[in-house]
Amino acid sequence: MALTLAEKIFKSHLRDEPFPGTKVLDIDVVMCHEITTPIAVNDLVARGKDRVFDPAKIKVVIDHVTPAKDTKTAQQGKILRDWARRQNIEDFFDIGRNGICHVLFPEKGFIRPGYTVIMGDSHTCTHGAFGAFAAGVGTTDLEVGILKGVCAFREPKTIRINIDGEVPEGVYAKDIILKVISELTVKGATDCVIEFHGDVVKGMSMEGRMTLCNMAIEAGGTSGVCMPDEVTVDYLWPFISSEYGDKKTALEEFRKWWSDDGCEYMKVLDIDVSGMEPQITYGYKPDEVKNVSEMEGTPVDQIYIGSCTNGRIEDLRVAAQYLKGKKIAPFIRGIVSPATPKIFREADEEGIIKIFMDAGFCVTNPTCGACLGMSNGVLAAGEVCASTTNRNFNGRMGKGGMVHLMSPAMAAVTAVEGRIADPRKFKKESL
Amino acid sequence: MKKFGGKVLYLDRSDINTDEIIPAKYLTEISKEALKPHMLEDLKLEGFDPGSEKVREARVIVTRSNFGCGSSREHAPWVFEVNDINVVIASGFARIFRQNMFNCGMLAIEIPEEDIEKLFGFDDGTAEISVDFRNDSLTVMSGAGEQTFSYRISGFDKALVEAGGWVEFADARY
Ligand code: SF4
Repeated sequence: MALTLAEKIFKSHLRDEPFPGTKVLDIDVVMCHEITTPIAVNDLVARGKDRVFDPAKIKVVIDHVTPAKDTKTAQQGKILRDWARRQNIEDFFDIGRNGICHVLFPEKGFIRPGYTVIMGDSHTCTHGAFGAFAAGVGTTDLEVGILKGVCAFREPKTIRINIDGEVPEGVYAKDIILKVISELTVKGATDCVIEFHGDVVKGMSMEGRMTLCNMAIEAGGTSGVCMPDEVTVDYLWPFISSEYGDKKTALEEFRKWWSDDGCEYMKVLDIDVSGMEPQITYGYKPDEVKNVSEMEGTPVDQIYIGSCTNGRIEDLRVAAQYLKGKKIAPFIRGIVSPATPKIFREADEEGIIKIFMDAGFCVTNPTCGACLGMSNGVLAAGEVCASTTNRNFNGRMGKGGMVHLMSPAMAAVTAVEGRIADPRKFKKESL
Repeated sequence: MKKFGGKVLYLDRSDINTDEIIPAKYLTEISKEALKPHMLEDLKLEGFDPGSEKVREARVIVTRSNFGCGSSREHAPWVFEVNDINVVIASGFARIFRQNMFNCGMLAIEIPEEDIEKLFGFDDGTAEISVDFRNDSLTVMSGAGEQTFSYRISGFDKALVEAGGWVEFADARY
């Protein structure tokens, strides 16, 4: 029978089917951060079950508020840190070595095609870019994952998105995924896996594919997924070379996870990006998307470049190309958060940090920070932020604040203009 | 098992996200009780007052589609739980929120849009809903009369509610 990638993973990881339609899967990687894990840890302790199913399969990071901003966040970090130490979890990342979970863990080579991945974080869908089934879960699912290494799911249906055409200047993975969400709506992919196909996806780096998969949840999707190919093998090669010997063998292994010809899709959506404009959100839902030309000139107060959607090195490079030799407009503030220490270091070595600083940006340490309105750039009521993050919900970056989601390119030119601007009208400098 | 039923809070909007149910700034709390005063604090809904008596007395929420979208925070079901709201009825839920509810032994009941519309028809400020968990039905009562609706939840979700949640279920089985 022809199967989708998700169906193959469900088949290979099936532990139990306690009721028809409910599949309990063995989990390959359980990822933890300091916001959703401490309550699970405390509950396990209270139940007298302070154990983990396999310390090697648990990855832990303090990333949302780091360094701690107050006593409460310090306490959350402490609970996680003490637990990781007591459970002998080696892959634990604290200040100085920490970064945003969905950027740091792929960078460390923790994800493989065909894996099952859960985390108490909705953007876990990002890791599907490697051809994994990666799902955000709540604290109780996380707790059971930590204790038993299993998680229950309804078998998801799959939506296939074919992205083809010539990518226009000024259009990036972020613009494409915003377009996809506006077509699917915020609930269009509920209980579904979204597969990204087409020449545009094939031509994308892992970074670009992660940007696509990252926002699958904004259409309600359980996981975003890309078929693992040469690009995937190249990215993972430093971590898998001893296992496979040569890249061809690795590719053949990875290809086994590909959705079969003739597999069943709930829906197929074709997107031609040729002639597409850069995209931006205008409302409080990520499917409220417009062409930039309809929003140009809207005043902003803050620019934020970072997050698990667009805090990767490619994103910083693109923004720096537009910012080189320019200054942020008067009375506008800019914040950039490289998502991991590795990205920070690369950006420094490539002169990107200098470009941001010369333009007047504040460069923060790697953290989620302003993305969820907890620290490092919270908005005041009535303020507007041009942001490369993934959620424009009411109050998301600060009570009474407004968020417009966009690509790093658009955020950079918006910083220079002080108003929403169209990257196609600006010249990119070489770095 | 938890108690299901009581006064209804109607939230007449689709796509209510978990940031609106409990803003991220309260996620630094490590006890569920501490969340209690902040339920629905950032809800964008004309005329809604999170501090009102109506909100305080509510035991059941009736709302539209895609309820609980966005962040995976289980703080959303928890803030309902500590405010004695153990049932949310909608025409659709976001996956993670729905599972979080059942994982906590609470009910996320999905019924067709027409039935949601009918439930809204009972909103005269006095509406109450009682849930017959064994028979998969719920009854609404208000000055506008009384009506019973049947609903379906999966065998698994039912078992979770009976077990008291997913930790209890999984611990006994795996
Ligand atoms: S960067 Fe934002 S969306 Fe991503 S994990 Fe952090 S808080 Fe969540």
